[in-house]
Amino acid sequence: MTSNVEIRNLSISFGEGPAAVKVLPGVNFSVEAGECFGLVGESGSGKSTVLRCISMLTDFWQGQISIGGRNVRDIPRLERCRLLQMVFQDPYGSLHPRQSVRTTLSEPLKIHGLDDHEGRMRRVIRDVGLTADFIDRFPHQMSGGQRQRIAIARALILEPSLLLLDEPTSALDVSVQAEILNLLVRLREERGLTYLMVTHDLAVVDHMCDRFAVMLRGEVTEVLPRAAIQGNHATHPYARELIGASLEYEGAL
Amino acid sequence: MEKPVLDIRNLAIRYAGASRDSVRGVSFTLGRERLGIVGESGSGKSTVGRAILKLLPTAQITADRMQFEDIDLLKTSEREMLKIRGRRMSMILQDPKYSLNPIQRVGRQVAETYMRHFPATKAEAKAKTLAMLEAVKIRDPERVHDLYPHEISGGMGQRIMIAMMLLAEPELVIADEPTSALDVTVRLQVLEILNGLVRDRGIGLIMISHDLNLVRNFCDRVLIMFDGQVVETLRASELDNAQHPYTRGLLAAQPRIGDRRKMLSVLDRRPEWSQEVTA
Repeated sequence: MTSNVEIRNLSISFGEGPAAVKVLPGVNFSVEAGECFGLVGESGSGKSTVLRCISMLTDFWQGQISIGGRNVRDIPRLERCRLLQMVFQDPYGSLHPRQSVRTTLSEPLKIHGLDDHEGRMRRVIRDVGLTADFIDRFPHQMSGGQRQRIAIARALILEPSLLLLDEPTSALDVSVQAEILNLLVRLREERGLTYLMVTHDLAVVDHMCDRFAVMLRGEVTEVLPRAAIQGNHATHPYARELIGASLEYEGAL
Repeated sequence: MEKPVLDIRNLAIRYAGASRDSVRGVSFTLGRERLGIVGESGSGKSTVGRAILKLLPTAQITADRMQFEDIDLLKTSEREMLKIRGRRMSMILQDPKYSLNPIQRVGRQVAETYMRHFPATKAEAKAKTLAMLEAVKIRDPERVHDLYPHEISGGMGQRIMIAMMLLAEPELVIADEPTSALDVTVRLQVLEILNGLVRDRGIGLIMISHDLNLVRNFCDRVLIMFDGQVVETLRASELDNAQHPYTRGLLAAQPRIGDRRKMLSVLDRRPEWSQEVTA
């Protein structure tokens, strides 16, 4: 199943009446099937909110989001969960502290009435680079990198074609980040996954993504190819500032 | 060589109830310079910073020497530390959201540092505070003075923390991940301000960070910590010529803008790295 994403005039407000705050005034962009697309911008610019709207974790938005040509609102929930999954920033917060990996991974299998739980769990654990004995561990028995691998395994166990990655490595050390990024690159090659990845690190965008959108106060200022980072080929002033700051910070100038 | 601000020899720290030392055999001197301490989470870098300020009341701290200017930190009582902490050495923490009191106006919190350590009237302290807020490039100090922490951005919060720390004119500042919670565009501004103040006032700065780019660009020297020990000390400008396999591993694991896309190299942790320094 193809999983290109089309977002048209996506807007959302939090709160009601005169106190309502419009967080996304009208977002437009599209992600091709099999692409790795980055969303960058400062904190509060609405990057994560876009992911939450696509995944319907937040569902009171206006506008149009379609995945593989189908309106996301028309896709039944069970089917949606097999089409897209999300990986969150903090592996300490996103895994239930009192549930073993087995519980975490087998729950979606039960809900979706899938067979061969043990086999599926073993395969997905191996796919994320861990050994089968991790199935009976609890989050506190694992390092941050191992937890993030489990979070990715949880996202993959229903075999989705679109992964929404919300800062998947920013809570991790650079050495562990390298492991997780390598894993994400390999999984995309093997499975032809589509990634929509929120990050604040342009070096990660440069390493992972084909194109990226720069967001500012809820708006996409510019969609740029990866090649625009080096040499700063952005035209929007904020995008230029962001890329310039990242280059300077890296000492790449 | 000028007299160092801080001289640490063979520092070891063991948390209460722990079976081994969290920090072992750490030695360094700090002049009026910017010293970076880098390492992964759990490597003991923040523990070293806290031990210098004696903020680890239950941990057992041993060292051959812990000299801060004219003060022997090993012999200093908590009562004496109260006069030193915040006055002669201070700390800037990662996230201003948690460092500032949420129900007090920020100006009052900055002024408190001054009132605490110097005999001054409220009006004098306020004048000092406003001048300091201006020094950290806050455009409208009068207005910001009366804001609450939730009304200011992260970058402004961190500048207020810097103002608070520097108001007492300390000789040593320990910054523990001062910009990790900030956006990259704001990070540079905050670092510039910190940098300028440290340079102009001749303060010794210890910058604790996991970010190799930060220490490469903003420090003079770098200590690299692994598993509670310093495995390598380098001039920041020579970071790319690091010899220790751990440092090289950290550098290689980092994606860099403009790199050819390839698998990022993964750190192969060797058990002997934990042993060699103590041997």
